[in-house]
This record gives sequence, structure tokens and C-alpha cells, in this order.
Amino acid sequence: MWTFFHKLGSPPWFYSIAGRILQWLLPLTLLLLATGCIWGLLFTAPDFRQGNSYRIMYVHVPAAVVALAGYYVMAIAGAICLIWKMKMAEIAMRATAPVGAFLTLTALVTGAIWGKPTWGTWWVWDARTTSMLILFFLYIGVIALYEAYEDKSIASRAAGILGLVGTVNIPIIYKSVDWWYSLHQPASITFTGGSAIESSMLYPLLLMITAFYSLFASCVLCNMRVSLIKREWRASWVRALVKED
Amino acid sequence: MFEYAQRIIKRQFVLAFRSPTEFATPIAFFILVLALFPLGFGPVVKSSGAIWIVALLASLLSSDRIFRQDYDDGSLDQLLIAPQPLFGSSLAYIFAHWSQTGLPLALISPLIALMFDLPASAILALVISLLVGTVVLSLIGAIGAALTVGLRKGGALISLIILPLYVPVLIFGKASVDAGIQGSLLSPSLALLSALACGAIALAPIAVGAALRISMEI
Repeated sequence: MWTFFHKLGSPPWFYSIAGRILQWLLPLTLLLLATGCIWGLLFTAPDFRQGNSYRIMYVHVPAAVVALAGYYVMAIAGAICLIWKMKMAEIAMRATAPVGAFLTLTALVTGAIWGKPTWGTWWVWDARTTSMLILFFLYIGVIALYEAYEDKSIASRAAGILGLVGTVNIPIIYKSVDWWYSLHQPASITFTGGSAIESSMLYPLLLMITAFYSLFASCVLCNMRVSLIKREWRASWVRALVKED
Repeated sequence: MFEYAQRIIKRQFVLAFRSPTEFATPIAFFILVLALFPLGFGPVVKSSGAIWIVALLASLLSSDRIFRQDYDDGSLDQLLIAPQPLFGSSLAYIFAHWSQTGLPLALISPLIALMFDLPASAILALVISLLVGTVVLSLIGAIGAALTVGLRKGGALISLIILPLYVPVLIFGKASVDAGIQGSLLSPSLALLSALACGAIALAPIAVGAALRISMEI
């Protein structure tokens, strides 16, 4: 058990194991995405009120869910690098931030496109949309603080503190739909209360959420491999790797 | 520890009173920016939110200075190597900052409320919510200041990392003033704002201490 943790701190070991995981994870992600898209876009009935426009839900909802969860992944990685000063956690934190920011942006843009036919406007200053915009800036703040420091181990610990402080905002964002909702509907899927979505529409949605989680994981792993190479380009294992190819 | 904290607060006050312009800048900023709102939105600005937004900006503007001077002259190093716990001393710094920015803003806010034609019932709610809310603003601002104190170009960065964290304060502060306009002084929003303040007093100095230790290691 403990050897596993020690190995986790070794860049060459992590680099190769991440490569092996990606070999399986990337095809799996593509398969899940393709199945979910085709199922959601072609084989579900159009909505009673929204017609076909509701289908953007299959991108919008998974992106928003994973963007929120990704913030926690980033904050936990930040906490690990504050407590144990693990190099891998530093790299994981920096690798998560842009992926999360991009997913937040995706959720905002698809939300705007969905909003035009259903709400009649591209953007409302609703609690949910505004707080997702704030989430985007939380991600950007972490990236900006990290990039401002020259020394990357100081940078990761500073950004880790910021990430942890920012977690206070996430429950507020998550709950904002239930507390003050105006145009954005409250959460349709809950763990305890069942789902307000018809099951034939729900299953492709759940599949797409799984697909986005695995997309998130593969993007983070790819990012981590790249930044490992960037940080350790002087090390002998990177040279050996370059010679192999 | 308390004596140490008292001395820090006293020192910060002496420093502030020796350069009164720094002391007066946030207040002047507060009134000046509020005067811009009627110019931009027309003479009838009913929104109490304008007052809250400007309070946010005034607190943000001054938060970069919490540790800056002491970082430059090296007294922050002395603070870090002192045997007294960093929790107390950073809380003392934050208290001094709040009583130089948040407290005066809250005290002059009734005047602003009259100028913006808020009903009398809302004025007390505005003062209380500003008193409580600016405590949270100072605490969060200190985290941002501690994270960026080691950087040359901290100014623009600090607003990027602090403003998203200010959002809950703005939401609950504005909501408690609105509740005051409708006649209820002790609203749930004010309770939530106070809860936020209690939580921030307990937790933010820990983050400030850790952030100071990290940024001074350069």
C-alpha cells in the first residue's frame, strides 16, 4: 500500500502509468461520447414543450456537473500539496484548472444557446448563470495566481490556498438554483428524490455525464503528462524517453 | 498573545494617523464612485445594491495595502519569526484594516442612504449589514493580500482573485438591506451574513497565516 504512495511521487513512474491508463481511457471516452450523443440526439423523443431544442441538455448538463466537481478535484489536489507537498498534486492542480475553466465556459455557452429559443434571451442575470460565471473567474484566478509566481512549488501552494478558500463558494453556486430561482429551473436529478426527467431521456443524459467525467479525467492526465515533461526536461528519464522515440 | 495583538493594532493606528490621506482615501473613493452612479443611470437610483458594490470596491482598493508596507520594510519577517501565534497577529492586522476602512464606511453610510432616498427603516439595516459585511470583506481581502504580497505586480491580480470570493457577501448584504426596506430589520439574510462573518473570523486568519508563510519563503 505505502509503496504505491511512494511510487505516486515519482515522475517517470507516473508518466508511464498515466500513458497506460490513457491507452484505455481515451477510446472509452470517445465510445461513451459517441454512444451518448447518438442516443441522445437521434433516439429520444422530442420534448413536449421545447421540441428539439432541449437536446443541447446532453452537453450542457454534463459540462456544468463536471465543471463543479472539477473544482473540488482541484481544491483537493491543492490541499494535498499544502499538507504533504507532493509534486504530483501540484501538477494535478495546475492540470485540472484549465479543463475545469473550459467546461464552465462550455456550460455557459451552451446555456446561452439553449436560452435563446426557450427563454427568448441569450443571457439572464439569474443566480445560477451568474454564479457559474463566478466559478469561471475562480478558475481563472487560480491559474493567474499560479502563473504569477516564478517558483512553481510556491505557486502551487499559493494557488492551493486560493482553491481551498474558493470551495466555500461552490455549495452556494450548487444550491443557488434551489434558493433563488427565476428562469433557470431547479435541479431535476437528485440522489434522494428521484428524477423529474422521463427515464428514456434520463439514461442518455447519465451516459453523457459519465462520458464527460471520463473526458475530464483523460484531459487532466494528458495535461499532467505534458507539464511533467516541461518541468523535468533536464531529468535523465525524459532524455531516455526522447532517445527511445 | 492579546497584548501582542493590541500592540500591533496600536502600531497600525499610529501609522494610519501619521498619513491621514491614506486613511481618507477609501472614504473619498466611496462617495466619489457613488456620485458616479446617478450620472451613469440617471438621477433616480433606487437600488441599495449600488452602495454595497461601492463598499466592495473600496475594500478591494485598500486591501492590497494591508501587508505591502510591512513587506517592503521587513517588519513582516519579524512578525513571522516572532514566537506569538500568527493567527492572533494576522487577526490584529485585519482588525486594524477593518477599523480604518469598513468601520468609517458603515458610519457614513446613513448619509449616503439619505442621498439615495432609502426609507428610514432601511438605514439601520444598511448600517448593521455594512458593519458585519465589511468584516468579511477585510478578512477575504487579507487572504488575497497575503497571497500576492511577494509579487511585484500584485495589484490587478488581487482583484481577480478576491472579487469572486466577495460574491456571497454582496448577495446577503444586499438582501438584508432589501429586507430592511420592507420593514424587517432582523432578516434571515442578515443572520446568514453574520454567520459568514463568524466563519470567516475563525478560518480566514489561518489561511492568511499560511499564505504569508508561503509568500515570504521566496
